[in-house]
Amino acid sequence: MTRLVDMLERPEPNRRGFLRGAAAFAATILAPGVTLYAFGGEAPPVRAPGTPVSSKVRWGMLIDINKCGDGCDRCVTACRDENGWGSGGSGETASQWIRKVTLRDPTSGAKREAPVMCQHCAEPPCVDVCPTGASFKRADGIVLVDKHICIGCRYCMMACPYKARSFVHEPIDDQKPWAPRGKGTVESCTMCVHRIDKGRAPACAEACASEAGGAMMFGDLNDPNSEISKAVAARANSQIRADLGLDPGVRYENL
Amino acid sequence: MAKLTFRKLNDHSPLMWGLMAIHAAVLACGVAAALYMEEHGHIVTGMNNEIVWGAPHVFAVFLIVAASGALNVASISSVFNRFAYKPYARLSGVLAVSLLAGGLMVLVLDLGRPERIFVAMTHNNFRSIFAWNIYLYSGFVVIVAAYLFVMMDRVASQSATLGKVVGAFAFVWRLALTTGTGSIFGFLIAREAYDAAVMAPMFIASSFLYGLSFTVLVLFTMCRETRRQLMNAEMLGKFSGLLAIFSLATLYFTLAQHLTKFYQTGHRGVELFLLRDGGVYPLVFWGGQIIVGSLLPLALLWATREGTKTRRGLSAASVLFLIGGLCQLYVIIIGGQAYPLQIFPGREVSSSFFDGQVAHYAPSLPEVLLGVSGVSLAMLLVAVALRLMPFLPRGDEAPLASEGGP
Repeated sequence: MTRLVDMLERPEPNRRGFLRGAAAFAATILAPGVTLYAFGGEAPPVRAPGTPVSSKVRWGMLIDINKCGDGCDRCVTACRDENGWGSGGSGETASQWIRKVTLRDPTSGAKREAPVMCQHCAEPPCVDVCPTGASFKRADGIVLVDKHICIGCRYCMMACPYKARSFVHEPIDDQKPWAPRGKGTVESCTMCVHRIDKGRAPACAEACASEAGGAMMFGDLNDPNSEISKAVAARANSQIRADLGLDPGVRYENL
Repeated sequence: MAKLTFRKLNDHSPLMWGLMAIHAAVLACGVAAALYMEEHGHIVTGMNNEIVWGAPHVFAVFLIVAASGALNVASISSVFNRFAYKPYARLSGVLAVSLLAGGLMVLVLDLGRPERIFVAMTHNNFRSIFAWNIYLYSGFVVIVAAYLFVMMDRVASQSATLGKVVGAFAFVWRLALTTGTGSIFGFLIAREAYDAAVMAPMFIASSFLYGLSFTVLVLFTMCRETRRQLMNAEMLGKFSGLLAIFSLATLYFTLAQHLTKFYQTGHRGVELFLLRDGGVYPLVFWGGQIIVGSLLPLALLWATREGTKTRRGLSAASVLFLIGGLCQLYVIIIGGQAYPLQIFPGREVSSSFFDGQVAHYAPSLPEVLLGVSGVSLAMLLVAVALRLMPFLPRGDEAPLASEGGP
């Protein structure tokens, strides 16, 4: 009875409450646009639960290494914070989903840096060699590992030309709910699939845009009107080990 | 022509009991090592994110390749109509299945999640040569079991055609199996040391060599055990000749592989690494595979081809061929991974993930124990099989020559 009285007597929303609600609504609607502005790509649409992933989309990245700062590892720390891959080994047994590689031209001595992660190939060798199908490619081009059926044979690590995969060498108990990891299984960059499905850009691209040089552009490579597609069409860019014919979804400018 | 008779091993000499005890102890240690690795993760091995396949894979591939080669003696007898090899056909089949079981045990226990082996059986990606191998390996066991049945069953063994058909099927299957094993590496485009069609035929040549070496050593051990002459001078000569041919074939394919890669400018780096600059790997290649594992046993076979030292020469050569085989696979599997991936060809690279650096690998005791225990499992299975069923030829009554087996 008391509760009923409370409900009946609940005051009407005051103006402050209304403004707070309106602000929250506006933030929800506008956030992707703000993010778009922030990371120089387009925010993916939110995928409703139960909705199949569309093969009309191919998520990818264009990384301009001219904008990639020397010694800056904001993309790496953002990925690690987001996906929690800091534990489970050290040194040569430590996982690294993304890393900064320093490139030196032996002729000129010129140095550049480039972030390297899973290249989300259209023809991924890791998917081809996986005996159980644990390594798989989503319809939208994101290459993932199903941790439930990965047997830890590491054949995908042998097959990946980009050294993009890591093996969890030790028991771990600090996993993020959205980034399952486990001892004895293989892992790699998921392109922050959990964020993409919620309409957000990968953590590395977002961090690079907001806190670093804005070198990483994320978007739909299949959409000719997307910013990334226009940039890929307009500016010279390349794929790492393009000679292998794997058609990576990650492209580099000024490499 | 004398009728072929076979026998079981009914009682064992102290030597045989001793060998079985050693193998049982090693197997127990290997299983304990696997449990230790399962509990703590692969952090207790020398493997890492650079060298993802280590000593267990060297032993596993060695045993699986040897398994298909061990069937060779049976194939020669029934598919190629060489009656002289018939007495060893049953043993050859038993040894083939046992070696395969040993190799597969090591491979499975080294998985990051060995308890998910049933997942591997129920989820198959047939674009993967690994998935094909699951069927090639299990099919091999079934076909060799059928082959043994045809050889041993009173009614089935009367049909020469049936033996020939099943034998031919087993022969083709074993060629497919070794092709599949070689292609695990041959299909890998990512690593410069692999990515070569020659891997498959090279593995087939090597399988003949390892398989026959194992067969010869088991036969010599059984000579001691039964105190009978299981191989006469003619057979010793045939086995020596075959081993020499198989060793030369392996050397030929090895030469073809390295020459081809060396000729390609882009692959010269990995060749110089494996053959000259790579520290332990050139040492294992030249010292282990070429000198100790090929030239020395070939010279030994040639030097002891006549006279009273043929047996000793053949047994010592077989041991050396097997050592050479392990060295060959160590260089292929570990050396091939140690050379840095060429992610940015033409650039000097460095990173916190050891890009551009030669990978370090020092096998730990648990993984070596696991690997060796595969050999022990195979030998124990052979011993048990010989005790259970008449797989061994009865052999000549003639006493053994003064110099014995291994």
